[in-house]
Amino acid sequence: MVAEIGTAQRSSVAVDVILMILRRLLFSAIGLGILFALWWFGGWLLETNPATMSFADFGPFPTIDAVPYMVQSGTLLDASQASGYRMGIGLLLAIATGIPIGILMGRSNVFRKLSNTPFQFLRMVSPLSWEPIAVIAMPTWDHAIIFLISMAAVWPVAFATAAGLAKLDRAWFKVARNLGASWWDILKEIILPAIAFDVMTGIRLALGVAWIVIVPAEFLGITSGLGYTIQDSRENLMYADLAVTILAIGIIGFLMDGVCQALIKRFSWHRS
Amino acid sequence: MDRSGVQISVQDLTHSYSSRGPVTFDQVNLESKPGEVLAIIGRSGCGKSTLLHIMAGLLAPTAGSIRLNNIEVKEPSPKWVMMFQAPHLFPWMQVSQNVGIGLKFANFAEDKIRERVEKTIKLVDLEEFAESNVQDLSGGQQQRVALARSLVMEPEMLLLDEPFSALDAFTRASLQKDVRSIAKSMGINLVIVTHSIDEAVLMADRAVIMAGSPGKIKEEIMVELPEERAAQDPEVQKIRGHLMETFRQASTVTH
Repeated sequence: MVAEIGTAQRSSVAVDVILMILRRLLFSAIGLGILFALWWFGGWLLETNPATMSFADFGPFPTIDAVPYMVQSGTLLDASQASGYRMGIGLLLAIATGIPIGILMGRSNVFRKLSNTPFQFLRMVSPLSWEPIAVIAMPTWDHAIIFLISMAAVWPVAFATAAGLAKLDRAWFKVARNLGASWWDILKEIILPAIAFDVMTGIRLALGVAWIVIVPAEFLGITSGLGYTIQDSRENLMYADLAVTILAIGIIGFLMDGVCQALIKRFSWHRS
Repeated sequence: MDRSGVQISVQDLTHSYSSRGPVTFDQVNLESKPGEVLAIIGRSGCGKSTLLHIMAGLLAPTAGSIRLNNIEVKEPSPKWVMMFQAPHLFPWMQVSQNVGIGLKFANFAEDKIRERVEKTIKLVDLEEFAESNVQDLSGGQQQRVALARSLVMEPEMLLLDEPFSALDAFTRASLQKDVRSIAKSMGINLVIVTHSIDEAVLMADRAVIMAGSPGKIKEEIMVELPEERAAQDPEVQKIRGHLMETFRQASTVTH
């Protein structure tokens, strides 16, 4: 009898979960449908107005027609790889710098007080405004773009790490010391697992900012990447290619954000 | 583990949180025999928790020393472990991971950790929760995990800072009994700081009363009772009454 009730409850939970996923998918599909309709309407407006009809390739149907060429020619893949490489290195540098800065901010009162104003000031400076300095200071355009991405992405990582540390239960350190933990043990076994959720949330924000920054950062000085493809398509009046690239930027960004969300879920230990 | 405990000697221990601040306690002297359960009773603010933190090596004394079989306590060590008022478990870990963390800090081999953790989890009756996340446990179960985390180190001295004060009466009674019997069976010296006279009578072999500001040891009472103790036993009631009266007098003289 008890086993039957248990099985029935499990089935009911499984049905609820399936219904919830279906509902979520339905809402996403409707949302995308509305976006597509607005895109189509925008394209139709461009096409029907003699003053703007040369931009009609921005519409959904010319864009869809251009996808096979962009994929088969390798344009999209090459551009994505070039941008992905720059963003990956930039983001890694931001994480490698941001986490220690965040730990220092969270653990040292003096460092936090000293750094708060300058860091808040630097955080508010648009990363792209560093471009002229980056071009002068860095040996290549690639390095300059990586620098800009790091400048954009470091703050969300550092501040999220510091916020994660601020939430830690100080008694955990006392317990760890009481059990004979070294400084390294405390960092490895207590601090990092405890703040992993906040750090991943910071990385997710950093990734979003970096993905936004990389496109304008690639407008100048280089001949590869998604930003360059947009600029090149615009200059050659290939608006369908431009729209395909925008579509690719959105899809890649969406997928990367999905991976981040999965990782955040993986590292989360908080009970709701 | 076949041990009989250690001789604890607290000599002329004095503490102040700052050079110009008030003295927390002054010239405290204590001795505890191997394997003894010693209860330190006192009102809030008399310095009993600070004394325990110094005994655990988590705080430095202003003067005086603590020795375990002539080894001076100067810093935390797996040989003298403290259990706190709240369990303070690591919430991202399972029960077994929480219990084994101290052994991991001490660089024990994986198989040795597994073996000791399994044994200790069994000792505190949590076998069926070994793989559960600690956030899914009740308050009493969490305190049992904290106890296992301390016991797994096989310490010579276990310091308990009002560890059952946040638990319900039934869980508290069961843990008081279990902790005493486990400590006795493992040959661990227990030092319990509590403001509950009942707890002192049910758990201790000897109780000292700390009072005043700065705190001082005012009285010392032997709790000569059989291992099986129940709050309603006449002998327990008698010692409880004696302890209560002594505590009242010590507190009255001070205040």
